[in-house]
Amino acid sequence: MSTDERTSFRLPVRNDADLMTVRQRVRGLSQEQGFGLVQQTKLVTAASELARNTLIHGGGGSVTVELSTDGDGRTGITLVFSDEGPGIPDIALALRDGYSTAGGLGMGLSGSKRLVDDFEVETTPGEGTAVTATLWSGPPLNGRR
Amino acid sequence: MTDDSPTGNAPRTVARVLRDRSEQIAQRWADLPLFQAVFTVTRDEAVEACHSVLESLAQVAETGRVDDIEAPGFGTIRQQLAAMSASRSRSGLSVGQIDREVGALGAAPVEILEREAEDADGRDVLLARLLWTELLSTFRVVVIETTLQENREIVDRQRQQLMEMGTPVIKLWDRLVAVPLIGMLDSARSQVVMENLLEAIVEHNANMAILDITGVPTVDSLVAQHLMKTVASARLMGADCVISGIRPAIAQTIVQLGLDLGPVTTRATLADALELALERQNTNVQGLPPRA
Ligand SMILES: Nc1ncnc2c1ncn2[C@@H]1O[C@H](COP(=O)(O)OP(=O)(O)OP(=O)(O)O)[C@@H](O)[C@H]1O
Ligand SMILES: [Mg+2]
Repeated sequence: MSTDERTSFRLPVRNDADLMTVRQRVRGLSQEQGFGLVQQTKLVTAASELARNTLIHGGGGSVTVELSTDGDGRTGITLVFSDEGPGIPDIALALRDGYSTAGGLGMGLSGSKRLVDDFEVETTPGEGTAVTATLWSGPPLNGRR
Repeated sequence: MTDDSPTGNAPRTVARVLRDRSEQIAQRWADLPLFQAVFTVTRDEAVEACHSVLESLAQVAETGRVDDIEAPGFGTIRQQLAAMSASRSRSGLSVGQIDREVGALGAAPVEILEREAEDADGRDVLLARLLWTELLSTFRVVVIETTLQENREIVDRQRQQLMEMGTPVIKLWDRLVAVPLIGMLDSARSQVVMENLLEAIVEHNANMAILDITGVPTVDSLVAQHLMKTVASARLMGADCVISGIRPAIAQTIVQLGLDLGPVTTRATLADALELALERQNTNVQGLPPRA
């Protein structure tokens, strides 16, 4: 897997207007990369959820957007949302459907995980959280996932 | 020299010229686009406006605070300036173009000061010219500031209007209302939608409402939560909701995200939703075959 430096960029996630920009840029990039409509919608929706978590639970942060290609010639879009907020004390609990500490539906984190191919949460209580999500352009090959 | 402050008599000289020659200057200013294009009804109106600008500038000159955009003298004409710059903006002028028009006000007083130079102390007149130049620069900043402030208010107003325009509630049929939603349903928008919808339900005594989300680009858990709250409130007012316009890609995403629109009835298109609503009301659109 190689990273394409030219198409990696970082966007702030500090207010509602930033959330809109993140959705628009992720949609634009997935269109450019030839993702189908369903794939585009999944990635934008996951981005919307994760960006809102970064803003609301993480107190704001940023997202890095990166393109990569794998051995089968598929294109992947990786989003890394990071913040320096309170962190998540219990990841398994946070990933449970319906669990929310903020009166939300509690579907954002677990739902995003289902929407993408690769998903990882790194968090340190008191230091911050980084959520990495990747969606590939084609169907999984060679037992990926 | 009768005064040993660095500007000497300049503040008084400028204030005196602006007041004593007010009529002469006003007559010239009234023909400049800044006044002429704004006060189009009568020329007297333009001349009158020139006089108030001149008096305000004289007041600022007199106090010597010619570099202070907060000088009290400017306060009296801020509203007038806002109205003038708004009018010029509406005519399509940019902030820079308006600023150049304000700059053009400099010439008339300068000519008067120069003519006075022939029969007065040269140094005093030179200082007065410098002071006038500085006063005009400050005045230009005051106008720019007023213009930008005005533009900000316009943008805020438009945003508010757009929000309300973007969420019209339409009466489709007897006791049936519909809201075609367009754009992202953030918390502020969904509040407006909810209020408009509930009002319309009461006004039309509706027992059914269609929320059409064809124009909503992304349905995430927050949007879903807003939709469900809206549906629940409508139900409290006695109206059942149908959500229409859920495109296939969005439907798949909602399911995978794990969102359960649960008790909410959904339909693919607005036409399907309308058909369902009319069926429930035991009414049929003329020409539409009743469903078995
Ligand atoms: N970046 C983060 N920093 C700290 N806590 C987080 C972060 N992201 C998620 N969490 C925690 O995980 C919980 C579950 O997140 P999830 O997105 O599933 O639900 P939610 O944001 O509360 O509601 P919603 O369904 O509206 O997204 C949150 O309530 C919060 O406690
Ligand atoms: Mg969330």
